[in-house]
Amino acid sequence: MGGVRKRAVRGEFEKILLAHGSGGKLAHELVEKSFVQAFDNPLLAKLDDSAVFDFSGRLAFTTDSYVVSPIFFPGGDIGKLAVYGTVNDLAMCGAKPLYLSLSFIIEEGLPQSELTEIVESVQQAAQEAGVKIVTGDTKVVHRGSADKLFINTAGIGIIPEGVDISGSNAIPGDKVLLSGPIGDHGIAVLSQREGLSFSTRLKSDCAPLESLVAEMLNASPHIHCLRDPTRGGLATTLNELARQSKVSIRIEEEKIPVREEVLAACEMLGFDPLYVANEGRLVAIVPAEDGDKVLHAMRGNHYGKEASLIGDVRAEHPGRVVMKTRLGASRIVDMLVGDPLPRIC
Amino acid sequence: MKFITEFRRSDLAEGLISQIHHRSKTPARFMEFCGGHTVTIFRYGIRQILPATIEMVSGPGCPICVTANADLDKAIALAQIPEVIIATFGDMLKVPGSHTSLQELKADGADVRMVYSTLDALKIAEENPTRSVVFLGIGFETTAPTIAASILQAEDQRIKNYHVLSLHKLCPPVIRAILDSGEVKLHGLICPGHVSAIIGSHPWEFIARDYGIPCVVSGFEPLDILQCVDMLVAQVEMGRSEVEIAYRRGVRPEGNEEALRLMYRVFEPCPAAWRGIGEVPDSGLKIRKEYQHLDAEFAFDVDPGRPYEPQGCLCGDILRGVKTPLDCRLFGNACTPQYPVGPCMVSSEGTCAAYYNYGEGR
Repeated sequence: MGGVRKRAVRGEFEKILLAHGSGGKLAHELVEKSFVQAFDNPLLAKLDDSAVFDFSGRLAFTTDSYVVSPIFFPGGDIGKLAVYGTVNDLAMCGAKPLYLSLSFIIEEGLPQSELTEIVESVQQAAQEAGVKIVTGDTKVVHRGSADKLFINTAGIGIIPEGVDISGSNAIPGDKVLLSGPIGDHGIAVLSQREGLSFSTRLKSDCAPLESLVAEMLNASPHIHCLRDPTRGGLATTLNELARQSKVSIRIEEEKIPVREEVLAACEMLGFDPLYVANEGRLVAIVPAEDGDKVLHAMRGNHYGKEASLIGDVRAEHPGRVVMKTRLGASRIVDMLVGDPLPRIC
Repeated sequence: MKFITEFRRSDLAEGLISQIHHRSKTPARFMEFCGGHTVTIFRYGIRQILPATIEMVSGPGCPICVTANADLDKAIALAQIPEVIIATFGDMLKVPGSHTSLQELKADGADVRMVYSTLDALKIAEENPTRSVVFLGIGFETTAPTIAASILQAEDQRIKNYHVLSLHKLCPPVIRAILDSGEVKLHGLICPGHVSAIIGSHPWEFIARDYGIPCVVSGFEPLDILQCVDMLVAQVEMGRSEVEIAYRRGVRPEGNEEALRLMYRVFEPCPAAWRGIGEVPDSGLKIRKEYQHLDAEFAFDVDPGRPYEPQGCLCGDILRGVKTPLDCRLFGNACTPQYPVGPCMVSSEGTCAAYYNYGEGR
């Protein structure tokens, strides 16, 4: 279309302009038409400088920024990720997520249609996760200063009484549970990346985990640790937990579910699925006597139906993660260092 | 047939392991040439489950690791020319040259782009007609044909701003150099799978014939390695030395003739400097005269200065199989994957990285 046609039929610009972030009329139009309508709720609609609400109980508060490229990928998009990621961070502390903030940093030139699609996706994701978007912000930056669209969300949630979940709570004897196959998200995103397109039926696993966590807590309020193995993958998460709790974690390679497509892509690229990102999986460390109960509860939830027991917690060599390989040998599983880079041959 | 899980089956592995234990009587030292094999061996803990009679040593089969500092510095100097866009496979980014790495230059504003195929590098050249794209041609016989293809395509499409810095290396000549040095006594060689997919198994025959060392071409899954070790043990116990292929699903004795044709149309053998080994005749590939205008060596005049080798780094000895990372006092202390001193700690297929990442000696 080139630069000839500037206006869409509805009298709006087809692209986001610097003016959309100026605080002037275009900015107001964007906020009112795109955001307030989509996230329809009274706390946001007031458009005050802060969302104001009453609260009592123990709070969990978290924030995360989302810079995924490309912004649309099989099974999700940056909007969905921005909601689920923060919802999951709250859920990993045992909290029931309630409210989110939503900030967009938009590179000028982003098609309005893509923004609309992302906003709709945020709205649907918030609805599924049972959270409300109660405050937000929009900035538009010069071309090249951002990669299409960055999103930051912060969230607060309430922790039920009697729940005490922390990465430092694992003790020797505990069981280690994983909610499903690893690596789907990372490989699905990579498959779409410029310069690396390969076809796969894989979809991102990105999902809200608050209902899964609620059902696990119903089965046992004594869960010691929960964490979602996002960037850095399962290996990095297990190392974090082992270090924080000053224990070692022993896992069995054969018990860790990995889809055939993920294995194949990893072989091609020289990656280890243990280090590939997930967005809808969790690791739980639970007292030995509650292992079966929690596993059963996980398998009863849509997002935990492929859950498995992958290992246990031990006292020797604190901070270390050891894996029994398929051949019966054992080896250390270390944290990820930097970005995994595709190999030469 | 899915080609992955079948080759990781633990029941089949058990059978092979017990057969190896049963068969192996004579002490033997096997070298896995290829860094990909080193990774499989450590990732599955294969050294732990082999009988005490078998000693495994890692060889020089990691293209980045064997690239001499002087050559790395050349690539790094090219990246500092403002009009140049460096296109490279990802592994190269972190490798420290004498003074800095491409990763650090990139953070300072150099235009260094990670690509997954040479065709992406050609595309970058087409999209940036006022600049020059230099593709870092690092790799063995496995990657050289695709890079040759990109040169032919650039020629065909008259893309004049595409250049290749050819630091390619050839595997059989370096094995000969290692064996001739007599520093390490081998009783079997695990020949590289992907390299052999291109060159076939014939180029290894001189090792079996002239040096009496059994050779088996292996794939990269744990069952591949176990089967290969079993075949080597069988040769050792029967006093045979032949070239065999365990990796039949990937390698034919004659190799990939089309790929070889492409490779030699664009490149010709030349002497090459290997880290730790020195200059080995006919072990490199340079761009033939008729394609010289696409050769970065000729297109740019850079002076990277004198190379500097880090004090105490044993990468050179480790690449020859003379020392192991555990002999290096930097290993795990001053040299880790976060802060690598030598290339063997950087590349995902480097021996030091394999030792470190999979916990050998930690």
